[in-house]
Formats: sequence, C-alpha cells, structure tokens
Amino acid sequence: MYNKIKLTLISLLSVVLISSASFGRDLVITFDDMNPGPKAAFENAIAQFQKENPDINVIANNGDREEHKAAIRNFLIADAPDVTSWYPGNRMRPFVKAGLFEDVSDVWDANNFHEDLAAIKPTMTIGGKQWGVPYSYYQWGVYYRKDIFDENGLSEPTNWAEFKEVCAKLKSKGIAPITIGTKYLWTAAGVFDYINLRTNGYKVHNDLTAGKIKYTDPRIRKTFEYWAELVNAGYFLENHSSMSWQDAVVPFANGEAAMYVMGNFSVDAYKNAGLTYDQIDFFPFPEITPGVPRAEEAPADAFFIPTKAKNKSDAKKWLAFVARPDVQTEWNKTIGQLPINSKAKVADDKFIKQGFETLNSAAGLAQFYDRDAVAEMAAAGMEGFQEFMMKPERLDKILKRLDKIQAKVYK
Amino acid sequence: MFPKPIHAFPNKYQLIYKIALPFVLIIWLLPLIAIFLTSVRSAADINTGNVFGWPSQFLLIENYSEVFRRSKAILYLKNSFLITIPTVLLSVSLACLAGYALAIYRFRWSLPLFFIFVAGNFIPFQILMIPVRDMSVSTGLYNTISGQVLFHAAFQTGFCTFFMRNFIKALPFELIESGRIEGVSEAKIFLYIVVPLVRPALAALAVLIFTFVWNDFFWATVLTQGESVKPITAGVRSLNGQYVNNWHLVSAASLCAAIPPVVMFFLMQKHFIAGLTLGSVKQ
Amino acid sequence: MQQTTSFDENKKIYSKNKLVFAPWYFLLPAIFFFLIYVIIPIFQSVWISFYEWDGLGEAEWVGFANYIELLDDEYFYTSLKNNFIWLILYLLAVPIGLFIALFLNQVVFGIRFYKSLFFFPFVISQVVVGLIFSWFYNPNFGLLASIFLSFGLEPIAILSDEDLVTYGIIFAGLWPQIAYCMILYLTGLSNVSKDLMEAARLDGAKGLKMLWHVVLPQLRPATFISVVVTVIGALRSFDMVAIMTEGGPYGSSNVLAYYMYETALSEYGFRLGYGSAIATVLFFIMLVYIGYFLWRLYKNEREL
Repeated sequence: MYNKIKLTLISLLSVVLISSASFGRDLVITFDDMNPGPKAAFENAIAQFQKENPDINVIANNGDREEHKAAIRNFLIADAPDVTSWYPGNRMRPFVKAGLFEDVSDVWDANNFHEDLAAIKPTMTIGGKQWGVPYSYYQWGVYYRKDIFDENGLSEPTNWAEFKEVCAKLKSKGIAPITIGTKYLWTAAGVFDYINLRTNGYKVHNDLTAGKIKYTDPRIRKTFEYWAELVNAGYFLENHSSMSWQDAVVPFANGEAAMYVMGNFSVDAYKNAGLTYDQIDFFPFPEITPGVPRAEEAPADAFFIPTKAKNKSDAKKWLAFVARPDVQTEWNKTIGQLPINSKAKVADDKFIKQGFETLNSAAGLAQFYDRDAVAEMAAAGMEGFQEFMMKPERLDKILKRLDKIQAKVYK
Repeated sequence: MFPKPIHAFPNKYQLIYKIALPFVLIIWLLPLIAIFLTSVRSAADINTGNVFGWPSQFLLIENYSEVFRRSKAILYLKNSFLITIPTVLLSVSLACLAGYALAIYRFRWSLPLFFIFVAGNFIPFQILMIPVRDMSVSTGLYNTISGQVLFHAAFQTGFCTFFMRNFIKALPFELIESGRIEGVSEAKIFLYIVVPLVRPALAALAVLIFTFVWNDFFWATVLTQGESVKPITAGVRSLNGQYVNNWHLVSAASLCAAIPPVVMFFLMQKHFIAGLTLGSVKQ
Repeated sequence: MQQTTSFDENKKIYSKNKLVFAPWYFLLPAIFFFLIYVIIPIFQSVWISFYEWDGLGEAEWVGFANYIELLDDEYFYTSLKNNFIWLILYLLAVPIGLFIALFLNQVVFGIRFYKSLFFFPFVISQVVVGLIFSWFYNPNFGLLASIFLSFGLEPIAILSDEDLVTYGIIFAGLWPQIAYCMILYLTGLSNVSKDLMEAARLDGAKGLKMLWHVVLPQLRPATFISVVVTVIGALRSFDMVAIMTEGGPYGSSNVLAYYMYETALSEYGFRLGYGSAIATVLFFIMLVYIGYFLWRLYKNEREL
C-alpha cells in the first residue's frame, strides 16, 4: 500500500517535471484577423515576443474571423491552443461559465493592470475576477465625406435637429445620407446602440441589454421613434440588407453616400478604396436628448487562455506582453486603433487622436450590443433591428417578439 | 427515337436547331462564364464597380497565381485530395462487400438491412451534426484528415451499398452457383468472379463519390477548425471572408475548387452517367 | 469406425452453415461504420433534443420542453413554410430537366460535347453556385441588375426582399438540380424501346401524344428517381442558404436544415438541445418520403 502510494507520487512527479521541462517549449497562439493591417500587427508582435523569449517556440495561427467564431466552441474542449483571441463582455460569459477560460487575475495583479487598464477592466471582469487581457479597442462614431459636406456647405451636426437637416440636404442632392450594410446584422446594432445611448443614456441601455428593461418600455420605444425618423425619410442606403459593411464602403468611396456610422477599423477600408484623409473626417454621434451624458461604444478585442491549454505559464507571458505600453503603442499604430494601456502612446493619426479624446471624455463605455446582450437575445435583437430598418411599420410586432425572447433568455 | 430525329425535318429546321444549340448552351452556362470573366479581371475593375462587364484587362495568370500565392489555396486543394481519395477507396470497398452480401445471400435480414442503408442515404444529415462532432472531439479525430475520411466513408456507404447491391443482383446467379459447386470458397468467388464483373460499376461509383465528397461543404465546416486540414470548399468560404470585395480572387479560387470534379467528369463521363441512374435502367 | 475430431466437426458445421455465416463477414465492416456514424448518431440526436445544453457545460433534462417551445416559435414556422416552398418549386427541376433532355436528344455533330457541358452545373460545389448567384443578384453590380436597367427598370434586390429571397435561392438551386434530372432523362430516353415508338408512329401518334402515352410511361424509373432525389434535396438544402443569405433577411429565407445549425452551432447559437429538436422534426418529415421510397422499392423487390 505504502509502496503503491510512493510509486504514484513518483510517477506524478516525473510527469510534472517532464511536462514543465523547458527545452524550447511550444506556445500555440490562435488569432482571428486576416485583414491586412491587423494581420501585420499580429505578426510583428509575435516576432518581437519570439525575439524576447528565445526559449519559447511560438506557433502562431491566424484564421478567418467567422470560422474562428464557429471553431472556438470545439477547440476549447479538444485540441485547445495556449492562447486564443476572443471578445470580452457577454461574448466571453458562456465560456467563463463553462469553466473553459482561465482566471488570469494574477496577470492583472502582477503587471499593475488594475490601474493602467482601468477603463477597460469592467468588461474583462466577471464575478470579481479577470478572465483575459485586452489588446485594443476603438471608437465608434460617424465617419463622413468632408469634401461632400464642404461642397454643400454642411458642417458637423451636434444635435438631432442639425443631424436631420444635414441628412435632408444630402438627400435633396441625390446623395444617400447614411451608408450601411446590414447583411451581417451587427452594423444595424451599432446604429441602435447609439440612438439608444443618446436618447436614454448609459444606465438605461445597460439595463436593457442586461434584460432588466423590456423592449416595449416607452423609453426604448422613443429610441425607435427617433430611428424611424431617419428610416422613413429614406436617409439610409437602399438595399442595405444584401450588403456587408465592406460592400457599403463602395458608395461611401465613390460619393454616392456621405456618412457612415462605424468603428475606427473601417478607416483602413476607406483608404484601400482610394479615399484620402483630406476627404474623410469624424464626429461623435450627435446628442439627441439634451443633457444626457455622452456614452460611447468602445468594443475591445482580447486574448484569453483556455483552461485546457498545455502551456499556461508562457501563455500568461504573452498576455502580459500584449498589454505592455510599448507593444500597445506599436500594435495599435498599425491597426489604427486605441491602446488599452493608459501609459501607451496614441498614434499620431487624426482619427485615433480624435477617438482618444472622444473616449476619454465619455461618461461610459458600451461594448456593443452583441457583447452587452446575451447571445440568443443579441441574435434576435439584431434581426429585429434589420427588420425594423426595412419595415418600420412592424415596430410593435418586432418589439413584442423581442420581449418574448428576452423573457425566455434571461429567466 | 424521341423526339423525332432532326434529320427527318427539312434542312431549315436542322439549321435552326444547330444554331440554337450553342445559343442555349451559352445562356445555360452564363453564370459560369460570368465567374470566369470575373476571375481574370483586374482589381481596378472591381473597385470601380465593373464586376460583370467586359474586363478592361485580362489577368488570367496574374490572378490565379495570386490566389495560390496569397492564400492557402494549395493547402486546401491538397487537403481535398487527401480527404476525397481515401474516402472513395474506403466507401467503395465497404459497399462492394456489403452489396455483394445483400445481393447474393438469401437471409432474413438482407432486405431490412438493405432498407436501412437506403434510408440512411436519404436522411437529413443535420441530425448527425452534433453527435458526430462530439464523437470526433472525444476520440481525438476532430480537426484531422482521418476524422473527415472516416465520417464521409461511413455516410456514403448507404448510397454505395444501395448502388452495388442493385448492380450485383443483376448479374447472372449461375456464375456464383457454378463457383460454389466447384468448391470455391465464398471469399474467392467474391474476389475472382464478382469483382472483375462489377468493375464498371465500381468506376462509376468512384467518380460519383469523388464528386460528392469533394463538393461537401457542411461537414468541412463542422469537423475542422483552422487551416491545416480544411478542404477547398470550406476554403472558398474563408477566402470570401478574407478577400471581401476581391471578387476576382474569390472567383478564381472558386473555379479552382470546381476543376477536379469537372476533370473527373470529362474523363469518366460514361461511368459518371451510369452511376447516376442508380441502376434505374436495369429496373 | 470413423472418429471425427472436434476440429473436423467444427469444419463441417462451418461448411454446412457457410452460407449463413458468409454474408455477415462481408457485411460487418460496412455495418460497423454505418452504425457508428449514422444509425447511433440519429438516436443520440433525438436523445439530446430532450435536454437543454450549450455544448460546453452540463446538459439539463427538459423533456419535451424544446418541442413545446418550437410550437410557439415563429422562426420555426417561417422555416417550415420555406421548406414547403422549396419542396414544391424544386420539383420544377423534373419537367425542365425532361424538356432539356428532349431538346438534346438528337444525333448531331458534337452533341455529346453539348450534353456534357449542360451537365456542368451539377459537378460544381453548391458553395460555388451560391456565390455565383449572390453576385448575380447583387443590386449594385450584379448581372440581374444590369438586365433590369437595360429594360429601363429599377433593379430589385432579390436577396434583400423578404418575399422574394426564398425564390431567389431556389432559382439558384434549380440550376444544378435541372442538370441532374436532365441526365437521368437522357439516359432513360436512350433506353426507350424503338419498337414501341415505331408501332405508335404507324398508328399516327405524333408529338405531345407520343410523349404522353408512349414515351413518358417508359421513363417512369427516371421520373421516380428524379422526384425522390429532388424532394430529398429540397428538404436538405443547407449550402445555398448558408452561403447566400445565412437565413436572412431577418430570418425570412430560413429553412429547417439551416435553422437547426443556427440555433446549435452558429455564432450566437448555443442551444444544442433545441437544435436537435429541430433536426428531429426535419428527420420525421423526411421519414415520410423515405418510407414511401422504401415501400416502392419493396414492391419492386417483390416483383423481381
């Protein structure tokens, strides 16, 4: 009996020793952005990390974003990498709940992240613990064709009335005021979020996405009424439901549309479509209800460690690495987004600088509808938004349906 | 023959028919022609919205080599071959064995088993999705070539067995009987008498299964993750995501994905067509 | 006196019962594979439909709750309706396939070349077909839009219109399916009895009458197979919907096969139990057709 215990202990010990033997340990990092800018930034960071850690053999995988969203559910269970990219907020909740993401509060403790990443901390936290480390976030707002505005004597609107005036003027000139592509649904959610944030404020919006307020609540109805003003006047691009957001860049680029409610990642696409910085500019979404503190959408992208990872200690090194100020500065400069570390330098780009100011002065940061709301609610909600944009007269039916789903999902 | 042979009509109608043929063919293949034109287009054309008009430049070599250079198309194609060929070999062999058993031997279970294979061929495969995925994950076959091969082979067995059984049943039974009378073992009867006779059916089946498995999209997405073992059909979808608005590249990749089954088809037309009729001719 | 050893006895038993054992040896590998990958998973899926499970954590037994929820789910009814539309319209492939087969059933120079090329669409993956047609329908640069414009009409965005989208996808799906039916009929036509045709011609039968009374009855096997495969294809359609619209706009082009995937394994779908329930419903619907097919097959077998 005693010998058996000894044998077991010895075997256990040897297994532990062998598995932590450090000769060129493998570190598998899975990423999900193949767009040129982010891909390059990721590869540069990997190269730098590899240089700083010659004893680690870094294996970097980069794949299509849509594939990644489907695959993650499988690979977290079997064949898990050591690090994977994913999204915070409610997007990480199912995995945290199922015990598939590793608690990395220790990384936050060891690297002073609680202070340096204070703005983004709430979205990485569930149950008082941190479950991942973000590497970037970006502002949303209204990108517009400055040259078209100038041609028509328009200036940046600061409130709802001015915004509608600008739209009316553009429409009268045969230009679609707002371009949008809702084939993949989330773009409509961006519009909803902003109108709701500006109509009702941060708290009400969060209560809605947390399932505490119904969709048929008069305050939410008001949001849709404002939205309807734009839809009914035909201020959105036609046929948006068969276009992806990239498709919707085409009319923006060739002057058929003048404004785009988008995130800063879209700037790369505008540049690729041939627009120059002289032609495009940005303004935060205008005020609707006077006096409501301005909250902004600032979705973050992050890295997580699967609990089934084999090399967690090195994985934590990567997490600490990506949030380092110098790495943050470089990475976000390449992808045109904002560093999550307050000690990092913001790139000298007009949009990033403006985004930085916009977010720093915001009263609250929302994470985007599909991360703030639970998955099934998000799917139904976004379909509802798309349907509303195409058939605004169905508002009642849509809101009732969303309530029904909300009751089911949030029970 | 039906309809009335064209030669029996006056020359005028013959001419009309001969002109109508290529005309109708072009309309029929219009989508394909369009995608081919798009694949040789330049990026400038796409950005200015000239996606379906006559291309301003013909960049056949450039576009296709760019697809191979910039993306993992070669890997995907290799994976498709690695998945499809073993599947074909495996399922055709299994079916040949099973079809022989169901065709030649009279036993109580032969008809029910046959029906189970037939029914299994027609089920909506979505009902298999979750259990098969879970099984692949728990047996470590998830995201492997062999995992995909084993599944496809198993699933196609239904159709193949149905096909081979019908074909073998149509063979003259005297051959088997004479073999038995001479004391030849069952295995030898199968290998040396029956198999050579069913070679055309095996060829037809092989071509069909090649096409079905090569063109599969659903299971490629369910059973793989990442790039390493992804076949070309799923690869086209991710190229579409990777190169949104690069229609010329995605078209080129799509056509590359379509080429092997097409080549197979042209090479083995007779077999292909024989396979598709599911032995209905023999009924 | 002959003493048979037990070895000899066993051999005798075996050779007497050879014909009983042999089929099983041949069948075992195929049965094994089929059982593991097809038969058992069907039962597993039905079993999962009685649970609420997100695929990650624990499964929770809910009995028939998923099915009761389905009854109240408007997306389910939309999918059901769309499946029904698919069923009806997809069957158009059969007569159109016949028509093209008749058109091509001549002996002219190069007709084999034409027949092969007409068959092309079937050989291409449905994913590629879906992509081709999405571009075709694109309201900004699609070929269809150009055709509308050339007639002076405003282009319709078919894939954006909740009423037209399913028809648009079915139209795309018909392309390969027509090719398939065409080949079945071409082969059938080449086996039509010449004697019967001659006799009918002598009786003065021509054109449509000939087709209806003499030719079509002989094409019955081809028609049977075409209809069966088309029905199965219509109910199974996944690839096209996935590529062209992902079930949109706002779920209006959804079909059961895709809805099942959406609820169980898609980006915002974490409900494997519910998805399995949908798959089970689809399975039972198809079982009706499979049953019919098997019954016909059985009758056939009995006649042989």
